Amino acid sequence: MGWQRGRERLIEGAIWACGISSIAIVALIFIFLLREGFALFRVVSVGAFLGGRHWYPISEPPQFGVLPLILGSCWVTAGAAILSVPLGIASALFIAEIAKGWVKEALKTGIELLAAIPSVVLGFIGITVLSPFIQQTFHLPTGLTALTGSITLAFMAMPTIVSITEDALSAVPRGYREAALALGATRWQMMHRVLLRAAGSGIVAAVMLGIGRVIGETMAVMMVTGNAAVIPRSLLHPVRTMTATIAAEMGETVRGSEHYFALFAIGIVLFVISFVINVVADLFLHRERT
Amino acid sequence: MPAEPWRRALGMQRAAFVLLFLATSVVALAAVAVIGFVIVRGCGALSWAFLTTMPSNGMRSGGIFPAIIGTLELVGLTVVFALPMGVAAAIYLTEYAADNWLTRLVRLAIVNLSGVPSVVYGLFGLGLFVAFCRFGTSLLSGSLTLAIMILPVIITASEEALRSVPKSFRDVSLSLGASRWQTIRHSVLPFAIPGIMTGTILGISRAAGETAPLLFTVAAFYLPRLPHSIFDQAMALPYHLYVISTQIPHIPSVQRYGTALVLLLLVLSLNLLAVVLRTRLRRRRQW
Repeated sequence: MGWQRGRERLIEGAIWACGISSIAIVALIFIFLLREGFALFRVVSVGAFLGGRHWYPISEPPQFGVLPLILGSCWVTAGAAILSVPLGIASALFIAEIAKGWVKEALKTGIELLAAIPSVVLGFIGITVLSPFIQQTFHLPTGLTALTGSITLAFMAMPTIVSITEDALSAVPRGYREAALALGATRWQMMHRVLLRAAGSGIVAAVMLGIGRVIGETMAVMMVTGNAAVIPRSLLHPVRTMTATIAAEMGETVRGSEHYFALFAIGIVLFVISFVINVVADLFLHRERT
Repeated sequence: MPAEPWRRALGMQRAAFVLLFLATSVVALAAVAVIGFVIVRGCGALSWAFLTTMPSNGMRSGGIFPAIIGTLELVGLTVVFALPMGVAAAIYLTEYAADNWLTRLVRLAIVNLSGVPSVVYGLFGLGLFVAFCRFGTSLLSGSLTLAIMILPVIITASEEALRSVPKSFRDVSLSLGASRWQTIRHSVLPFAIPGIMTGTILGISRAAGETAPLLFTVAAFYLPRLPHSIFDQAMALPYHLYVISTQIPHIPSVQRYGTALVLLLLVLSLNLLAVVLRTRLRRRRQW
């Protein structure tokens, strides 16, 4: 009996360790990013890093201004949000409130399929199909632009936005719908004046998580945005995002060089952004429930 | 009620519903279009030789055998690392954790892990496994990185599966004198396995399709042989697709579409498996 009790203690200890391991992992990620990234700030000040307008990591002397990359991420993300937020919320409304039977199941399956497609495949389609189309439509020298990235990423954000919005809509109590309809509202009036508002904080969370997915997306964006590290002037120019910079340049750096540290410093910026987005979105999600 | 505004509101509703339907079709059809397009263009490349031979002529011809094997090995190792840890973490959260600050911190950490950009996982894997632990760019570093990435998927799914086991199962076992761990082991875990498997398969499908975490931790640009051990570099399907579609000029496009198709089929069949498991599970549940 004593032997068995000891064995159970051991198992329960292991379970406890695994249970709190997520905290340890988050802490480790942050520590390793800081450990490698902070070395950069011995050479470049934080202000010059975040506000610098030139990213020339391999010229002499190198310049590590991350502003063009931050703005590149912002442009692509804004474009993707403009496309995916209305389409995503509309789809969630349609699936949750209007579609029935096999139509509903088919649409849900379609959106699940979209979520399942690997980003490198979407990037590949972006290069082979979307980019030539954009080039011809707008008569551009290259089809690899911020817009191409925005469209590709919009389709990656939509499944997230649709599924979380749908959850938020179905969490709205039946009484709200019935009260609105009983007062003589049409179903559409009930949807856009009652449902959307009642599910508001869930929808905000959905949009934030969708945007978080877009900012962090790497492969598709690296393949289709043209990767020009200049401050973007319009959606029809090539841009370079923070994620694409890390992915494209890490292979060419020497471990321990300033360039290597600078890429980790970009990683810190990305980690902080995703941290803030996820914590705030989580707050919105929990406000919904109480 | 006056008829005129009512009729206008109904007209408005019809217009709105049509727009909503169109929006939904765009989203759902995009998936069908992408998948259909890759299938149509890629099926010409599919052949036994394409799947089972080494790439040749600077990857411009030949097959994708090492990339397929590399991905399978990576994913297999990833599951070995992530599954026990994820299930144990879920058991802790559902069966042991009290509602206190530590549990809230754990949940916050899981939420965060699921949102960390995949390329940041790549940086982390490079810093911790490749450089600090000196595993080098290897299958081991890559699969550990992927395991951490899919951990939140497995924890969340396992937690849901464990929670769906009724409380009475636990009460009966405990009242018969079983210890807490015996109760979990014999009266809770067996009933949660289908749900845990569904979540794990979804995690695997994510790991199989990811490229960014592999870039600095495992991926070999071109390695016309199979890895010898877990400390060896390996090719992987998604990275191979990235390389041949952006880094190497003058590759026959059928080679690219063929690779995209194999990757897509692998990932989608995993998802299909998860969906089938989930529906069978729902149908069979008797409590």
